[in-house]
Amino acid sequence: MSTAAAVVLFIGIMAYAVFGGADFGAGFWDLIAGGADRGARPRSVIEHAIGPVWEANHVWLIFTWVVLWTCFPEAYASITLTVFVPLTIAALGIVLRGSGFAFRKTVTKTSSKRNFGAAFASSSVLVPFCLGAVVGAIASGRIPAGGVAGDPWSSWINPTSILGGVMAVVMAAYLASVYLTWDARRLANDDMVEYFRKRAVIAAVVAGVVAFAGIFVIHHDAPFLYDGLTSRGLPAIIVSALCGLGSLVLLMQRRPQWARVLAAGAVATIVLGWGMAQWDYVLPQTLTIAQAAAPSGTITAVLVATALAVVLLGPSFVLLYILDQRSLLPGEGVRDQASAPGSS
Amino acid sequence: MSIVGAADALVAVNPVPWARAQMAFTLAAHIILVPLGVSWAFMTLIANYRGLKKNEPESLVLAQRWSKYMAVTFAVGAVSGTVLTFEFGLLWPRFMGQWGEAFGVPFAFEGIFFFLEAIFISIYIYGWRRLKPWTHFWTGVPVVVSGILGAASVVAANAWMNEPSGFTLDSAGQITSVDPWGVIFNKAMPLQALHMIVAAYVVGGFLIASVYAMGMLRGRRDRYHRIGFLIPFTVAIVFSPIQMLVGDALARWVYNNQPVKFAAIELVPNTSSDVPETLLGHLNSDGTVTGGIPIPGLASWLSDPSTGKSTVVQGLNTVPVENQPTIAEVNVVHLSWDIMVGLGTFLALLSAWYALSWLFRRDIPKTRWFLRIAAITGVLAVITMEAGWVVTEVGRQPWIVYNLMYVENAATGNTGVWVTFLGVAVLYIGVAVTLILVLRLMSRRYRDTDGGDDDVPYGPRPSPRLDESSVG
Repeated sequence: MSTAAAVVLFIGIMAYAVFGGADFGAGFWDLIAGGADRGARPRSVIEHAIGPVWEANHVWLIFTWVVLWTCFPEAYASITLTVFVPLTIAALGIVLRGSGFAFRKTVTKTSSKRNFGAAFASSSVLVPFCLGAVVGAIASGRIPAGGVAGDPWSSWINPTSILGGVMAVVMAAYLASVYLTWDARRLANDDMVEYFRKRAVIAAVVAGVVAFAGIFVIHHDAPFLYDGLTSRGLPAIIVSALCGLGSLVLLMQRRPQWARVLAAGAVATIVLGWGMAQWDYVLPQTLTIAQAAAPSGTITAVLVATALAVVLLGPSFVLLYILDQRSLLPGEGVRDQASAPGSS
Repeated sequence: MSIVGAADALVAVNPVPWARAQMAFTLAAHIILVPLGVSWAFMTLIANYRGLKKNEPESLVLAQRWSKYMAVTFAVGAVSGTVLTFEFGLLWPRFMGQWGEAFGVPFAFEGIFFFLEAIFISIYIYGWRRLKPWTHFWTGVPVVVSGILGAASVVAANAWMNEPSGFTLDSAGQITSVDPWGVIFNKAMPLQALHMIVAAYVVGGFLIASVYAMGMLRGRRDRYHRIGFLIPFTVAIVFSPIQMLVGDALARWVYNNQPVKFAAIELVPNTSSDVPETLLGHLNSDGTVTGGIPIPGLASWLSDPSTGKSTVVQGLNTVPVENQPTIAEVNVVHLSWDIMVGLGTFLALLSAWYALSWLFRRDIPKTRWFLRIAAITGVLAVITMEAGWVVTEVGRQPWIVYNLMYVENAATGNTGVWVTFLGVAVLYIGVAVTLILVLRLMSRRYRDTDGGDDDVPYGPRPSPRLDESSVG
């Protein structure tokens, strides 16, 4: 039972890494797209790309929190007590990001667009960094069990956390650039295809280098995690590396459609690798999944809710996705109807 | 480390009041968006239905614009809701650590409804042009349903704090088993959830109607504004008398099940019969009530009409002083209660006026005073709802889980909460001001251009090409 809950929890984290990660990464490219004139075209692709589903993706984060506090409340208490600072920054950053993006769409003045855009884009980098640092804190065993606070600073300012934060930003940027290449292709915007493709290649290489360097950081800083990654988690890490390489090759061959799938796979499996590496701990070496688990009634309820979600949301999500990918969801017809007399 | 040490010393402030302040502030902000998220889709669908059925272009334009405004408020609501999921842990880790396995259950279901709502809002907004009109109409229905069920789920969690049930404890007070059904359908849940959902329709209706009332006052008396006023206002006035009945039933439930909260509401320091309903007034530290206008025996009579004035109302003193709300809290609860009931009654009377006028004249009351009052009902309804929420939350003090856990034992030990409170306050106020400015900007642009349509966060696509002019 508790194992199933832990699996559901990790599916939530993987989904947020892939879907949310792409959104955050788009913010990264928005940030470095340059001045108002030069950055206008890439920003336009970005706004277009994270359109329909951008806010739905935080649901994965909410889902992860809910499963964590419901099924593993002690771990949730320990985590929120210890890494209070990066989580607070992440929460505020999410507000700033969401409202910045929404407001930028609405205003017309260049200076207002710039201000809202800056809020959106800079928090798009800050939030994944903080969340990655939190993952680093958990994975390196710096969160104590028992619903008590660990060190408020060194728990997340340490080599593994910084690696986690940088990895999160790099992975998000990589994922987003591959997606954006594909989006630009769908929009038949060849300049932008090339623009994002170049950046995707660079991002893929950087992600690979950071991941490789990370091996040494983890070896030095978090031996338990290192052992896990090189044993239990190794298959996932290998798959992730292969996916990453594969996407790089496809990008070079200008086939972004499949590169996109492989990039998502690379990100999902590296999160999976982390999960397998610290199995069967929620908080490595102090709190196991079984110890932390809530009573069976609660876990059953969460699993039932998850099953319901799959049944209800699966089809609706597929519907939304199909409509979106076929561009059946374009304008919203105000002009069609508003051409009627006396309508203002 | 010395710098960090010094920083720690600087920010070492008792976190409990600041955690309460931050939670109260963020919830107070979030709750304003809730009625719009729950009920706006319903009103949009009414407009959509009228537009299709009566072939009324103004209604369709309204539905289209509302669906876009809805998207903006839903997006901001989603984000402020995400913040709340952080705050449960950041501010109340010991509460979550001990009770998460029970308290958390309703949220598992809320998540489904929230997700459904998000997906179908997206489909509805984007489906205006490409889906067949009636197919498109039906894609809006899940938004209405999931809004209601989502609100019920969240209120179930809050009701559980008032009436914890559905679990067993061992001798150390730790949860050993959980009955999810018992958690969700705790005894406080049905009436509390109903009260909130009806509130969402009342508040949402008045809020939107007041915008169009304002427009009509400024001379925009066309059919578009008239329908924009009539649909939400009618929804609000249909639901406000219902809310009086639901509220009355809930108050009686509180009388029977949460006597201390009821004593705070009615300013009853000592158990007694023939308790007056005191309008305004306050409780002093010596247990006397001063000021206000007492209506003899009314509180007793309302608590149980069958025994009338002889109905006994339990006083605050039936529980030890450490389990009572403080005098200041009692006064806050009582004042909030008066505000809620007073404004609620006022809104219901307004409804009666409107209903009579409609019955006899098939029109809204002629006098400009009606529109003037209607224009402020949005703000009044929000104040009413906030006051009701204060009654239920402050009235539970000092408990976070009624009779099981004190608020002060639930809070985080992080002494820097006052800093995060200030950060959150500044950020939220900034976002709120911007949101209002942006909504005004949108509506002005609609008026000027008769339908500019590149201004929803979903990034509408006027054409499959990139619209380069849209980014400066």
